[in-house]
Amino acid sequence: MTTADARAQEATHLARTEADPTAPAPAPAPREPEVEPAPFVRLDPESGLLRLDLVVEGVHCAACIRRIERRLGELPFVRAARVNLSSRRCSVAFAGDPEGARAIVSSLAELGYRAVPFDPAKLDGADAAAEKELLLCLAVAGFAAGNIMLLAVSVWSGHFVGMGEATRTFLHWFEALIALPAIAFSGRPFFRSALAALRRGRTNMDVPISLAVILAPAVSLVETIRMGDHAYFDSAVTLLFFLLIGRYLDRRARGAAREAVARLLALRAQAVTRIEADGTMRAVRPESLEPGQEILVATGERVGVDGEVVAGRGELDTSLVTGETVPQPVEPGSRVFAGTVNLGPPLRVRVLAAGEGTLLAEIVRLMEAAEQRRSRFVALADRVARLYAPFVHTLAALTLTGWLLAGAEWHFAMMSAIAVLIITCPCALGLAVPAVQVIAAGRLLRHGVLVKSATALERFARIDTVVFDKTGTLTTGRMALEAIEGGDASDLEAAAGLARTSRHPLARALAAAAGPGPARTGVEEVPGTGLRWCGPEGEWRLGRRGFAASVPDDDRPGAELWFSRPHRPPVRFRFADPLRPDAAEVVAALRARGLALELLSGDRPATVAEVAQRLGIEHWRAGLAPAEKVARLEELARLGRKVLMVGDGLNDAPALSAASVSLSPASAVDVSQTAADAVFQGERLFPVLEVLEVARRAERLVRQNIAMSIVYNLCAVPLAVAGFVTPLVAAIAMSSSSLLVVGNSLRLRLRARTEPAFGPARPPRLAEERA
Amino acid sequence: MSGLLYLIPIALFMGLLGLLAFVWALKSGQFEDLDGAAQRILLDEEEDENPRGDPGRTS
Repeated sequence: MTTADARAQEATHLARTEADPTAPAPAPAPREPEVEPAPFVRLDPESGLLRLDLVVEGVHCAACIRRIERRLGELPFVRAARVNLSSRRCSVAFAGDPEGARAIVSSLAELGYRAVPFDPAKLDGADAAAEKELLLCLAVAGFAAGNIMLLAVSVWSGHFVGMGEATRTFLHWFEALIALPAIAFSGRPFFRSALAALRRGRTNMDVPISLAVILAPAVSLVETIRMGDHAYFDSAVTLLFFLLIGRYLDRRARGAAREAVARLLALRAQAVTRIEADGTMRAVRPESLEPGQEILVATGERVGVDGEVVAGRGELDTSLVTGETVPQPVEPGSRVFAGTVNLGPPLRVRVLAAGEGTLLAEIVRLMEAAEQRRSRFVALADRVARLYAPFVHTLAALTLTGWLLAGAEWHFAMMSAIAVLIITCPCALGLAVPAVQVIAAGRLLRHGVLVKSATALERFARIDTVVFDKTGTLTTGRMALEAIEGGDASDLEAAAGLARTSRHPLARALAAAAGPGPARTGVEEVPGTGLRWCGPEGEWRLGRRGFAASVPDDDRPGAELWFSRPHRPPVRFRFADPLRPDAAEVVAALRARGLALELLSGDRPATVAEVAQRLGIEHWRAGLAPAEKVARLEELARLGRKVLMVGDGLNDAPALSAASVSLSPASAVDVSQTAADAVFQGERLFPVLEVLEVARRAERLVRQNIAMSIVYNLCAVPLAVAGFVTPLVAAIAMSSSSLLVVGNSLRLRLRARTEPAFGPARPPRLAEERA
Repeated sequence: MSGLLYLIPIALFMGLLGLLAFVWALKSGQFEDLDGAAQRILLDEEEDENPRGDPGRTS
């Protein structure tokens, strides 16, 4: 074995990651950090200590917290270690050298937890800050609402027992004292959004909300100064409190989903092995590589960057990038892409700069173009608001002029008009959507579906066509033994004895098929070629065609391993990418609901045809480039179809952006997960059905809620127009309609337990339309 | 009636204290790990049955 090979093997050991978030049990943790942690260490200027933030896999209980915190506390240079169970992170403060980070990560690995350093600024972004601001606004509004209600109830009671004018005005002043600063502070999220909409010449739900929340206290202040009977401070603040609850829950549900996706991606981060100028190997972050540098990609390792092969020839598994399941040969000069897996001997790869014609740059360009062409989706609530806001504003104006024309005094007419605005303030309307969304997102989260986009559920509910990618979406994306040609189970067991010593993907698939058993000792691995073992009666060989068997290449498709033993004919093990266990049922259920199905793959026609035939998908296209997938989706959109795209590969990312809504498995490349509206975890395809089912029910509830709150408001409007609305009436109307809406939304949770998972099928629409 | 003059400010002041306590808790990061807080009450500081740390995983 040459020294280069030895280095390569060592590098494999160093840099290997097999982080499949769908796997139930984590792979045995390596003792050496897979991502060099030192670059992630930050200096905390306040304490003068160094800080390292880690995403830790497998933390799930108090015992884990204690074990990790105690173990890290035993390290002499660690000053503090704190595990965050909600976000599965660990934050460590330590003194001395940043290199201590390495010891921290490896002690976690010794405990059996995989820890990956990350940059908190990159992972959290603006979301966490916005969530905190909402919570603060919510707290202030809650405090104000409680205290004002205390005073307001006294005033209402006073109307019946004859409270004196002085006392009432005194209480009103107290209400004003609390309400005005509270509204100024807590109303900011609504005012900002309303202003932004108005600047663009639009209205959204926040415009009538802001108007009511500003007008009500303004009028009440005037009334208080005039020592009038009624002040609406309580209505304004309670309204704000309710709306902030809805908004906070909404943001939290999506924040949790986004964070979970970011965490999955961070866990998949891996180091690449850079070849330094002096020939030494060093594991570094892929981002820290510069164009022109060379990296070593060991056997079985995922290529971390886009580049060009400088030395070595062999095969790459490109299924995540192109959808092709049969390994692709590479040689010096070939382009290789991040996300492919090296099946052959170690490769030296020169890093290409972004934009140097790399696939990723091309994919990103296609995604941006698709994103721009996609028509902007307007959420149902916003569409309602566009009609609703002008309507109530006109109504208020009519009330004012009506009363003036009828000869009422100016003050009475004004108060009635403002009462119309307050009573029609879309409090329930503002809760109608978030209340349902929070419950739906929570339910989906329990099924392993992370909904990232705010309007995704609405878009899921409207689809009539589902487009699947093949590799990694309908199939598992991992090789499995399909057939033994020219041999039987005893050959499998014999070959597995060799295969168990190797980490080559095909060898592992073979070992998995044979089940647990002994491994032969003294097996020699010839990287990229195969395994050999000297038995009593001669040499056994397992590997490529030319290495293990002198059979001529007959050009049969598919991944294969040959196994030869002395005095026996060679055996061929054929591997294929198996379907997800429930793919057939899910596809059948989708068809039963009247959805048109289509399969778009980058793989070769024979393989795609077989999968399509087994699943009964009539319309399929194979060998598609990313741009062709986008073109097909845009063609479908032109035909007026609402398409759900399910895909995982780099080549699917532009199509995911082009579809009206998109879903991607958690095993997908990060670009696809970022592009998709929702991400599902697990080996099964069932979440696709679950998402559609929940989305449809949620849509129904949202419509009911909106209808209910509009009807409610319309009933109250005549009272307001007639000038009968007192603060008490406003408070009752508002809170009862909000309660009704929230109560209705909770049915999504109740019915989840009693209703069968599959709803009634929709009539087949456009299903016959030729694809 | 004159009781209101100081009772209401006292009530407000106490409410405000509660609000300030919440803001302090929020700023000092006590709402960052709600799941962890729920689990940590199970930790007994005195208990020390496995000081070296168990390399395996338990649940």
